[in-house]
Amino acid sequence: MNGSKGRPLAGAPAGRTGGSDAAGLGRRRAAGFVAPAMLLIVAFLLFPALWTVYLGLTDYQLTGFAAANPQVVGLENYDRALGDDRFSNSLVLTLQFVLGSAVLGQAVLGFAIAWLMRNRVGALRRTVEALVLLAWILPSSVITFLWIALLDRDGGTLNALLNTPGTAWLLEYPMASIIVFNIWKGAAFSMMLYAAALGNVPPSHLETARLAGAGTFQQLRDVVFPRIKGHVLTNLLLISLWTFNDFTPFLLTAGGPENRTEIMPVFIYRIALESGELGFGAAISVLMLLINLVIALVYMRLLRQRKDASA
Amino acid sequence: MAAITMDRLTKVYPGGVRALDEIDLTVEDGEFFALLGPSGCGKTTLLRTIAGLEESSGGSLRIGDVDVTRTPPGSRDVAMVFQDYALFPHMTVAENVAYPLRIKKVARGKRTEKAAATAGELGLADYLERRPGQLSGGQQQRVALARAMACHPRVFLFDEPLSNLDARMRLEARTFLKRLQRELGVTTVFVTHDQAEALALADRIAVMESGRIRQLGTPSEVFRRPANTFVASFIGSTPMNLLDGVVRSRGIEVGGELLPTPPEPAGRLVDGEKVVYGIRPEYLVHSPTAVPGSLTGEVRVVENLGHAQLVTLEGPAGFVQLVVDEDTPVALGDRGFAVPRQDRALVYRDGELVTAGADPTGLTAGARATGAT
Amino acid sequence: MTPPPDHAAVPSASDAAPVAVATAPAGPPPSDTEHRRREAQRAAGREGARRTVAQIGFYTFVSLVLAFFSLPLLWLAVAPFDANPGLSASLPEFTLQNFQVLWDNPYAMRSLGNSVILAGGTGLLVVTFAALAAYALSRVRLPGRDMLLYVLLLLSSIVTGTAAMVPLFNLATELRLIDSQLGVILVLSGGLLPSAIFILKDFMDGTPRSYEESARVFGASPFQIMRDIVVPVVRPGLATIGVWSVAQVWGNFLIPFLLLRSPDQYPAAVVMYTFYTEGGQANLALISTFSLLYSVPVILMFLFVSSRYGFRFHGGIKR
Repeated sequence: MNGSKGRPLAGAPAGRTGGSDAAGLGRRRAAGFVAPAMLLIVAFLLFPALWTVYLGLTDYQLTGFAAANPQVVGLENYDRALGDDRFSNSLVLTLQFVLGSAVLGQAVLGFAIAWLMRNRVGALRRTVEALVLLAWILPSSVITFLWIALLDRDGGTLNALLNTPGTAWLLEYPMASIIVFNIWKGAAFSMMLYAAALGNVPPSHLETARLAGAGTFQQLRDVVFPRIKGHVLTNLLLISLWTFNDFTPFLLTAGGPENRTEIMPVFIYRIALESGELGFGAAISVLMLLINLVIALVYMRLLRQRKDASA
Repeated sequence: MAAITMDRLTKVYPGGVRALDEIDLTVEDGEFFALLGPSGCGKTTLLRTIAGLEESSGGSLRIGDVDVTRTPPGSRDVAMVFQDYALFPHMTVAENVAYPLRIKKVARGKRTEKAAATAGELGLADYLERRPGQLSGGQQQRVALARAMACHPRVFLFDEPLSNLDARMRLEARTFLKRLQRELGVTTVFVTHDQAEALALADRIAVMESGRIRQLGTPSEVFRRPANTFVASFIGSTPMNLLDGVVRSRGIEVGGELLPTPPEPAGRLVDGEKVVYGIRPEYLVHSPTAVPGSLTGEVRVVENLGHAQLVTLEGPAGFVQLVVDEDTPVALGDRGFAVPRQDRALVYRDGELVTAGADPTGLTAGARATGAT
Repeated sequence: MTPPPDHAAVPSASDAAPVAVATAPAGPPPSDTEHRRREAQRAAGREGARRTVAQIGFYTFVSLVLAFFSLPLLWLAVAPFDANPGLSASLPEFTLQNFQVLWDNPYAMRSLGNSVILAGGTGLLVVTFAALAAYALSRVRLPGRDMLLYVLLLLSSIVTGTAAMVPLFNLATELRLIDSQLGVILVLSGGLLPSAIFILKDFMDGTPRSYEESARVFGASPFQIMRDIVVPVVRPGLATIGVWSVAQVWGNFLIPFLLLRSPDQYPAAVVMYTFYTEGGQANLALISTFSLLYSVPVILMFLFVSSRYGFRFHGGIKR
């Protein structure tokens, strides 16, 4: 507790005057500073969200009569969605995609790498981390082509390596392909988050467990997990949110073959912008916004609890 | 150079906290003035109000002949040295010192020259091209001082000027600061929570508590004759013994012992009234044998102060502390006697000093006239 | 004479061996200490075996991870320099001829220019607007400030490009921002601003107010304080936000794909996609070199941020 004695006295005036306007900006000028950012956010974030709700209640079309003259049709779009096989198919695929690639794939692989590399320094760790990160930071349209090349039926590296010539992975196993692809693309975030979290587990706790004779699994269960629970939850929420909103699989399979990879973002795109049914697409978007809202609210609540706990 | 005059200066924060409660105070031209008090007493708010960083909610503030109550900070002709020095980390020492001149639109060549000269006066000539992060705490403080001096303000304001230095540097910096202020002769107000710092540096001290000044006076006045028990317990490196007593015809009875009534309050006390008898540990003389008119008790704690020892006696009057010569042997469990120096003993009634003369707080007009030099 | 340091530090096998040799044949009835010693030896043996298995497991896993992550990347490293690029990664017949193909393509270089315009424009807008807003929110207690920040953060995680593509498309149509780079810049800025404001406000909150107060006592105007003190002090934060926004826009596919119509407006992300989805034989010489050139800035930005500020921070805000 270095210098804790002087702290309260030194901190007191700062805390008391904390809200004051250090640069003498004044409220009007401050509001002026905030305004341009707010304008953009309201126009291109808040307004679209609200407008989606309205559009979802109309029969708005990209072209044709309803384009010029959209009618409010109430909940008809939602009614239609409930009876639509293609929509329920999309919902199931989305669930598979999020659970398989994010919750199971990215989180588990990311944790495994972070755990095994936690005490390592040097070239091995740097190489592994660099490769995992590279997959994450490269532009999505580049990595999708890399995977198209990797999985190609005739000239792909994977077939050459596995000695399975002629296997068209993207056509025969389309869902598995985009799941593995997304694990590859996104494991970096989980790896970094867990690496940071594991760095906060005091070594003495692990050593105490080891002295008591705990094996790796017991150490993980009894010492590590209780300390990084918050990180795990944060990680799962964020990667679920991002995976749920990920449009990249479209670049790989465009929803096909036969809608077998038509996860929700792709579904919306094809309905609204390829088929031109903007109203119906908007209704599905509202559902997506609601799901996002739920995840985000849980996440924000978690953040606030953590902040309170640390304060 | 200028005096600072505060007239019923008040600051109420949103939420109703009265940080300053009708402060009447004049800091004389050229004076080195301390605002002293525990944290939250309003001393920093007062300093910031003088600087213009806080806007007062009532009353007026004059610097020299000018009413600056509503003047923005930049136009008050004051310079402030912050507790953390607030040296701009991206500027060199020279640029930092020259910054006020840059704001005042002094030409580049002239301000570089001026900054170098000012920094040189403070022994910073070799560090002009360094960044604040590369300097020691003491050097940083001198850069902050140089920056404040560079534009020749009429008033210096220091917020806890020594608190960011380690103990050894602090003594050195204290002497330096006092000499510098004497040489420059600029009216200087500083804030501190350290009574020793205030006593050592200031020409006059205002002791504050919850937004009010509890006593105003020279260091020796404040030390010798604290106007109330708050100041008495706040001033002094070892707090004053404040013992409950009852006035009797031949003295003041404290813990069953009859102590002679000090000369000053004598004749102003009523038999049987309850008072507080105040005597500093430095003004109690130790005796191993019983002496009439002394406080007594068993030696409970002996703390070595280097040049002396602080002895705590527990007796009928409660705990009594006294400073004993380093050569005098004192052992735990011994019986000890503490004889008060008559001319240094004080008597408080309802927390206020009982005196023969004028208002001891130094806050009335008459007292202000005598306090001013 | 001092023993070599490793000898002193670790009791080596040779120290322990004579003891074991001396005691093993000596004790006919295994005493209690003897029993305990054997137990310890057995445990040590088990531990050794366990450790070997763990080592093998570790290196197997690491090899698999390395293979999994490097396999798709190999092609990007090899094909651009291969005289006859195929789809599988193979030892190249080294050439730089492919870059000539890239240079000659009318869309490739222009699309990189478009990406620079979009990323630069958005970066500038986001940094400027976010810095102004963050500063005001950090220093002045505007009514409803905390609520505002909360709602902003919530909004930015809910209203993603994918979830809002329909209204964004409509809005751009209504505002005549379809097929306009300005439209893409505005839409992307709107999406990035909340996080940028939030992070920059954190930066601003972390810088002492006394800097500004000190300048104010010297008579500096709010504008001078911004220019001389605040901007230089929070420059690392501004740089981070700038790089972050540029990286976000550089890789973004959906928004330009949605809002731009004419191929000569397309940024690299979209042109890359058209290169391999348009009919006919894919031009692998072109695709490979273009991929590489398009990826290099991202890698450079990543290296910059991670060397200056560590990657943890950047990692936390990547979307």
